[in-house]
Amino acid sequence: MSELIVKTKEVVVPGEILATGMDYLPGQGTYREGDNIHASMLGLVNVDGRAIRLIPLSGKYLPKSGDTIIGKVEDVTMSGWRVGLDCAYSAMLPLKDATSEYIMKGADLTRYYDIGEFVVAKISNVTSQKLVDLSMRGPGLRKLMGGRILEVNTHKVPRIIGKQGSMVSMIKQATDCKIIVGQNGLVWILGDPEGELLAVKTIKKIEDESHTSGLTDKIKEYLEKETGKKITFGENGGEER
Amino acid sequence: MSYDQRIDGRSSFEELRPIEAKAGVIKRADGSAYFKIGKTVAYAAVYGPRNLYPKFMQDPRKGILRCYYNMMPFSGQGDRVRPGANRRAKEISMITEKALLPVINLEEFPNAVVDVFIELPQTDAGSRCAGITAAAMALADAGIVMKDLVSAVAIGRVDDRLVVDLDYNEEAYEEGRGTADIPVAILPNSGKISLLQMDGQITREELKECLRLAKDACKRIYEVQKSALKEKYIVSGE
Repeated sequence: MSELIVKTKEVVVPGEILATGMDYLPGQGTYREGDNIHASMLGLVNVDGRAIRLIPLSGKYLPKSGDTIIGKVEDVTMSGWRVGLDCAYSAMLPLKDATSEYIMKGADLTRYYDIGEFVVAKISNVTSQKLVDLSMRGPGLRKLMGGRILEVNTHKVPRIIGKQGSMVSMIKQATDCKIIVGQNGLVWILGDPEGELLAVKTIKKIEDESHTSGLTDKIKEYLEKETGKKITFGENGGEER
Repeated sequence: MSYDQRIDGRSSFEELRPIEAKAGVIKRADGSAYFKIGKTVAYAAVYGPRNLYPKFMQDPRKGILRCYYNMMPFSGQGDRVRPGANRRAKEISMITEKALLPVINLEEFPNAVVDVFIELPQTDAGSRCAGITAAAMALADAGIVMKDLVSAVAIGRVDDRLVVDLDYNEEAYEEGRGTADIPVAILPNSGKISLLQMDGQITREELKECLRLAKDACKRIYEVQKSALKEKYIVSGE
């Protein structure tokens, strides 16, 4: 006899029994002990057919291969740059993946990326020991100049981006800012001062209200009120999750 | 005169002191919690997983858990507690770590560290249990992968009575057979015990009964922990 004990979208704490019996399968954030499936972290329940999965609500970023991140150059070494990801592990950006330019042997690497500068990069590889390799070969991967960096909860990044980028394009349109959202929870914003401030406020608002439904519409309304502009994008922008 | 009425006026020997709990009280921390039981107050803040230095402390096989237990200078029974780690604080830091280790999955972040800071602004016995209980909540709030929460309570014998959640006056009771004080930490879902200490003397039968009482009391504490954690995330959600 299998039975689901929790409902989808319910908040559960570690150890809580989610389901009994062998008909359900433990997914991410859960584990099986005997007949029962328990939660292994604090999160939102998501039941997808027979699989039970938890969506984490808090916690630091863990590097994952394929993620586009924003990092801060921490050190310049012989073979590349060390980039901080605002988490427990820093990443290595090797020379050959750093630019499309040819870098001469013995060249001054700080001319490309200097300590303290921010870059958008893609995580190309993560080992079991959490050694992270970055690549900056690809569209949109570059050094960030000017603007400001905002820290947000890494688990709310999908909401900030929205479905097919609907949320972030809406903010871009309303505030006339350039915005890049890194999977590691760093957001880069560049625009005129008022626009930047509004973008920061909006992103904070999304972060605070990220569990509510109809968020895209709510944010659209908020942006229209703040800017007095009519926003055309995101009319049928769906909700993430 | 035997001990047949609780000093602080609780109606039964199995009753806990009034509990208050809250998650996410320290905004700058990655996870935090507040746990108050009677007059004992514990704050726990969790930072990490984060980079661990000095480098020789890093373990490439698994992450490290570090706990700090600290009683604030004004937290005692009138006398100023000298600040900084003393022998007692170091021991309690260690047993806190060992009480929490069995539930935490450290394999996910090799070479890194999770720091747990427990501060006690006010104490009235049972502070290590309050600390462990708060720390477990803070770890869950920090999104650390854990098998279970940890709930802790002190059980004891005061004269001939087995008593749940002793306060300072009960712990200091000297008449009759005196007092035995047994802090217990339990993983509420599996019922496993991750901390068991004792101060005093007790018979085998009494100890068995104490553990039964502890299991029962920890269930009640667990419910408080659970609802405090859920409250933080549901309120911010609606």
